[in-house]
Amino acid sequence: MISSVNRRNFLKVAGGAGAGLVLSFYLPSKNHEFLGESPNESFAPNVWLRIDPSGTVTITVAKSEMGQGPHTYFPMIVAEELEADWKSIKVEQADAHPDKYGSQGTGGSTGVRTSWENLRKAGATAREMLIAAAATRWNVDRLSCYAENGSVIHKPTKRSFTYGQLADDAGKVPVPQNPPVKDPKDFKIVGTWVPQLPTADRSTGKAKFGIDTKVPGMLYASLVRCPVFGGNVASFDATKAKAVPGVRTIVQIDNGVAVLADSTWAAMQGRDALDIKWDNGPNASLDSDKIRKMFEEYSSKEGVVGESEGEIAKALTAGAKSVEAVYELPYISHSPMEPMNCVADVKSGSCEIWVPSQTPQSAQDVAAQITGLPKEKVTVHVTMLGGGFGRRLDNDYVEEAVKISKAASVPVQLLWTREDDMMHDFYRPASRHHLSGAVDGSGKLVAWNHKMIGPSIGEQRSPGRFKDGMDRSALNGATEMPYSIPNYAVSYVMANTAVPIGAWRSVYRSQNIFVVESFIDELAHAARKDPLEFRLQMLDKSPRLKKVVETVAEKAGWKKPLPKGLGRGIACASCFGSHVAEVAEVSVEKGKVRVHRMVVAVDCGIAVAPNTLEAQIEGAIVLALTAALKGEITIENGRAKQSNFDAYPLMTIDEMPKVEVHIVNSYEALGGIGEPGVPPAAPAVCNAIFSATGKRIRRLPIVKLV
Amino acid sequence: MASISLSVNGKKETIDVQPDTPLLWVLRDTLGLTGTKYGCGIGACGACNVHMDGEVTRSCATPVLSCDGKSIVTIEGLEQNGHLHPVQEAWIKEDVPQCGYCQPGMIMSATALLKKRRHPTDADINDALSGNLCRCGTYNRVRKAIHLAAKNGGAQ
Ligand code: FES
Ligand code: FES
Repeated sequence: MISSVNRRNFLKVAGGAGAGLVLSFYLPSKNHEFLGESPNESFAPNVWLRIDPSGTVTITVAKSEMGQGPHTYFPMIVAEELEADWKSIKVEQADAHPDKYGSQGTGGSTGVRTSWENLRKAGATAREMLIAAAATRWNVDRLSCYAENGSVIHKPTKRSFTYGQLADDAGKVPVPQNPPVKDPKDFKIVGTWVPQLPTADRSTGKAKFGIDTKVPGMLYASLVRCPVFGGNVASFDATKAKAVPGVRTIVQIDNGVAVLADSTWAAMQGRDALDIKWDNGPNASLDSDKIRKMFEEYSSKEGVVGESEGEIAKALTAGAKSVEAVYELPYISHSPMEPMNCVADVKSGSCEIWVPSQTPQSAQDVAAQITGLPKEKVTVHVTMLGGGFGRRLDNDYVEEAVKISKAASVPVQLLWTREDDMMHDFYRPASRHHLSGAVDGSGKLVAWNHKMIGPSIGEQRSPGRFKDGMDRSALNGATEMPYSIPNYAVSYVMANTAVPIGAWRSVYRSQNIFVVESFIDELAHAARKDPLEFRLQMLDKSPRLKKVVETVAEKAGWKKPLPKGLGRGIACASCFGSHVAEVAEVSVEKGKVRVHRMVVAVDCGIAVAPNTLEAQIEGAIVLALTAALKGEITIENGRAKQSNFDAYPLMTIDEMPKVEVHIVNSYEALGGIGEPGVPPAAPAVCNAIFSATGKRIRRLPIVKLV
Repeated sequence: MASISLSVNGKKETIDVQPDTPLLWVLRDTLGLTGTKYGCGIGACGACNVHMDGEVTRSCATPVLSCDGKSIVTIEGLEQNGHLHPVQEAWIKEDVPQCGYCQPGMIMSATALLKKRRHPTDADINDALSGNLCRCGTYNRVRKAIHLAAKNGGAQ
């Protein structure tokens, strides 16, 4: 029963007669930024709230949970305004739906930002309805009642009803249009250290990831793809594979051959026994050296200017001192600990999918296309995600699982091996950067020129999309610099290759900000200025960032001398609506870099969930340092040379620095938190290496140079 | 096919699979114990760690044949009489997991460590846990939780 609709507010979908109170509410979905799509301003309900007569408050979360916390911070925000008893909160993961929940895409550090207002309103709406229901029952003035810890209390008489007792009645109350929200200074849950709701399940083996899905009659599938990018099967002989015990059937789909078996192991063994002749296609001779040379050649091209001011050519030569540098970054992989996987069950009139995806709606679209079914016949269940970092924005594994299930007419679990996962990633693009800058006699930065040469993710996804050779997102982090520089230019030379690329936590910012913050450091030294002071004098137009830079410097003891052998470096960034500064302390001994301490200051407006925030910053640092210190996918003979963690090592516990996170609550506009910790980490470390050794790192990973 | 007898979490099991099948897939596919995870299949990440006769073992690199007569404990078997293991309690207290995928393996390494060293030093923790990869970067909380568990008698 739909009793009232207000496109900008709430929609009560059910109520009364044992159903309790069910609210859904509209959230503006602006979260397409991470894919470079235009913001979608339409309003659709993407949070659902149910209070049933037992008192349980169920919050349906339509964002994917991969450790970044929506299963905790969504309920925190609702419970805050609802004055709910935290113990009564239950979370349900939403299936994919084209419009019921707005955008379910999980990326771009958008979770809190896009839902904050509406989650608060939702909680406040339900609270007001419960209070109204209680006042009616007692026949008293609504203003003499208040809500607290899951009950409504009548102040003068101290009588109370629990939310469960009121749920049915509340469902009959008209939906208030402008329920008051709390003053942030009265928050009891938001801003406090709340343990994540899924923690117990994650500590006991009960958490269900995609890989843990079992459905009746399911076969396990392993799919061989051509190791060369763009290659495919020429012919294959399955005789030996069929002879492997446990192998049930073999099907070919458009990008490879799948072995279906009674167990994962049998499927993997069968797959290894396949005799396949590959048609390697046009990229068989592609390698990292060629790509590097191509970038170098392209660097002589005139870039398309993304941003400029003043007279850059003149300023570069008129400065007292000028510096030039070339920076290079390699391809790197996402490699979440849970390899790509998907369970699909395609039947004649329906398709059911279980998948750890960051974009379940696209999974639904793609399955509908492949099966020819209308979307409402395609059910997509979202499991827990064993990491994502942007890899699970793509649904290539869903496509494959659906095709295999369709071809074999059985439910299948497609599990990628680690080798599949590392060799068929959408890598963070490699890039090359030409920088020049000049400082004047007083040590002021007067000219800045940054040319970025590298592939465009957007162009690879839809060729021909950028008519003028300009993909603005490739310059993210290079443009909109927080510093005031009188003359500057930032330009892009698109240099596409056949290596598949995609969004990697903070996307182009993790490369561009590495370059920007390293080169700022170079110029500070050229100007004989302290790198901190050099930055601060240019940050007046960015007060929030300036504040976190000052904070991090103070907390890190920037002015205090370090013991011999240690170096300190600073870097900062404003991105995803947040402002972050990091100070690294490193030592270099016998060529080995060791990061001892990372001090971070962050302003994301209000730290809604400080626990998750700290964990996200710490995680971002580990991901960024792993990339900076060791990460490189090299291309050889048209394929990724590294295929597992023996050749692509990750940072380990013994290498882990101390991480200190300082939250600066500015109470300004909210920012995201999943990604902003990444970009400053690598430059802070490289700037620290310079201060410790005098060696400037201009090519990642660091392991190659020191 | 071979018939292999082993004890898993205190329960006797007789398994009929190819003898070279890694214990990991027997646990996950044959016995339905999905808490033990697949991360690399080559013994390089620790996601698949279990205890075999009390020792941390990479189940992805352990053919089930070699488990005949052995006693295996997985993440599902740490709970005793409805009580979580002190290491799990500490994990929850410190809110260690992010995505959670590597955590069963981490916890199996941590519980085995505490059996050997009631009060492990940071160096002991580095030694025992450096084979456990966590892409989400939970390492500092892992360390804190192990120290907390040690304080609370986690050697159980
Ligand atoms: S799955 Fe066994 S060590 Fe990685
Ligand atoms: S918590 Fe995600 S891999 Fe460790």
